Amino acid sequence: MNHDPFAWGRPLNETYGEYNYNIANASSVTSHRNPKMATQQPIVTGSSVLAIKFKDGVIMAADNLASYGSLARFDNVERLLQVGKDTIVGCSGDISDFQKIERLLDDLEIEDGYDIENYELKANHIHEYLSRVFYNRRSKMDPLWNSCLVGGFDADSGEPFLKYVDLLGVTYGADSLATGFGSHLAIPLLRKKLDSDDAVKNLTEEEGIKLISECMKVLYYRDARSLDKYSLAIIKKDDVKLIKGLRCEDMSWRFASGIRGYGN
Amino acid sequence: MSASSFAEGKATIASEYSSEVRREPIEHQFNPYSDNGGTILGIAGKDFAVLAGDTRHTTGYSINSRYEPKVFDAGDGFLISANGFSADGNALVKRFQNQLKWYHFNHGKKMGIRSGARFIQHLLYGKRFFPYYVHTIIAGLDEEGKGAVFSFDPIGSYEREQCRAGGSAASLIMPFLDNQVNFKNQLDPESNGTKKKELRYLSLEEVLKLVKDSFSSATERHILVGDGLEIMIVTKEGVRTEYYPLKKD
Repeated sequence: MNHDPFAWGRPLNETYGEYNYNIANASSVTSHRNPKMATQQPIVTGSSVLAIKFKDGVIMAADNLASYGSLARFDNVERLLQVGKDTIVGCSGDISDFQKIERLLDDLEIEDGYDIENYELKANHIHEYLSRVFYNRRSKMDPLWNSCLVGGFDADSGEPFLKYVDLLGVTYGADSLATGFGSHLAIPLLRKKLDSDDAVKNLTEEEGIKLISECMKVLYYRDARSLDKYSLAIIKKDDVKLIKGLRCEDMSWRFASGIRGYGN
Repeated sequence: MSASSFAEGKATIASEYSSEVRREPIEHQFNPYSDNGGTILGIAGKDFAVLAGDTRHTTGYSINSRYEPKVFDAGDGFLISANGFSADGNALVKRFQNQLKWYHFNHGKKMGIRSGARFIQHLLYGKRFFPYYVHTIIAGLDEEGKGAVFSFDPIGSYEREQCRAGGSAASLIMPFLDNQVNFKNQLDPESNGTKKKELRYLSLEEVLKLVKDSFSSATERHILVGDGLEIMIVTKEGVRTEYYPLKKD
C-alpha cells in the first residue's frame, strides 16, 4: 500500500457529499473559490484640493471633510501635509492611503536626514518620490487611491513649484491645479485669473488667497462631498503658513429655497 | 417577494433587490491605463533630424496642463518621445536615460542610434505582457551623420523611417507626410503623368514648415492636440529646441 496520504485522493462525493468550503471560513479556502483580491476601491474619501502659484510661492487649500460614500463621516480631517521646510502635499481620494503616504514621507524625511546632513528635501524631490511610489503601486495592480498636489519650490531654480500626481502615476504641472471636482469647477475660475506667466508674477498673496477662497465657496455650493470648513497653506521661501479651520464666508443660499425635488 | 408574503406579515422592506442573494463577488477592475492625448512627429533629413510634439496634457475632455513637454534630449544626440499613457511614457524615457548613463560608465563611449533603438525594443518587449501603452519615436544621426528616425509600437516592433507621426492625431498627419516627405502619389510634372516624382532630401527649413503645418492642422481637427508645439532639432552641432504657440481652444 502507498502510505502517502496525498496519494489516497479525496473522499468520494457520492458517499460523503461535496466538500463544504465554508467550514471555518478559512482564508485559503475562500481564496480557492474567489478571484485574487488584487483590486480595491476608495472607502473614506476626501474631495478636491486646489492650488495656484503666485508671485512669492504657492497657495493651496483643501476642506476638512472625509466622506464615507455619501455620508459626511469625519469633519475635522487635515488633508494638507507639510514636508520639509517649504513643501506642502495636498491629497484627495482615500484617506487611509493618504495616511500611508504621510508615514512614507515621514520615513523619507528621517532617512534623508541621516544620510545627508544640511541637505533639504524640496518640492520637486517630494514629487518625484511620490510619483515613483504611485507608479510602482499601480504597476503591482495595488494602487494608492489618491490624487495629490505638491507645492513648494524647485531645488535648482528656486522658482515656485506646483505639480500633480495620481494613482496611475500620471504627473503634470501648471500655474493652477486642482484635483477631483475642483478640476471641473475651480480650474476655469483659476485659469481666468492666471492666464499667463506675467499674471502669476503679478499676483499678490492677498489676491491669491481671495481667489482660492472664492473657489472653495463655489465648491461648497456645488460639490456634495465638500465642507465649508477648510485649511489654507501659504508657501513662501523657507516659510509655510498653514491656516486651519477657515470658513466659507458671505454665502447666499436663497436660491436653495427655489429648488424642488429630493424630498421637499 | 410577492403580495402574499406581505399578507403573511413577513415583509419589512420596500424593495425586492435587497433580498436577492449574490453568489459571486461584484468584480471592479482597476484600470492601470489612461490616455493623455497629444501627438508627436519625427522627420529625418540629410544631416539633421527633428522630433516634435504638442505640449497639451489631457485626461478625457479635461486639459490638465497647457505646457507639459514630452520630447526629451536623452543625451548622445538622442531625441526621444513616448506618446500615449504619459506615466508609462515618462517611465520609459527615464529608464532609457538611466541605462544610457550606465552605458557610458561601462563602455566610455557614445551610444549609436541603432544600438539605442535596439535597446528600446528590449525595454518595450520586456513588458510584453503588461505593455507600456505608448507610441515611441526616437530621432538622431546615424554613424554616417545622416538623419535617422526610428518608430516603435507599444511592444517593441520597430523600423527605421524617413518620417513618422505618433499619438492621437497620427492618422491625420501621417498621410500628409507620405505625400510631402516621401512624395507618394506625386508625379513629375515634366513627364506628363508617366513618371513618379523623384525622391530627394528636404532642407531643414522645408521640414520645419511641414512640422508647423502638420501641428496647426491637427490642432484644428483634433481636440486632444493644441496649446503649444515644441520642436527639437538635432544636427552635428548638437540639439536645440524651438517653441511655437498653437491654438488653446
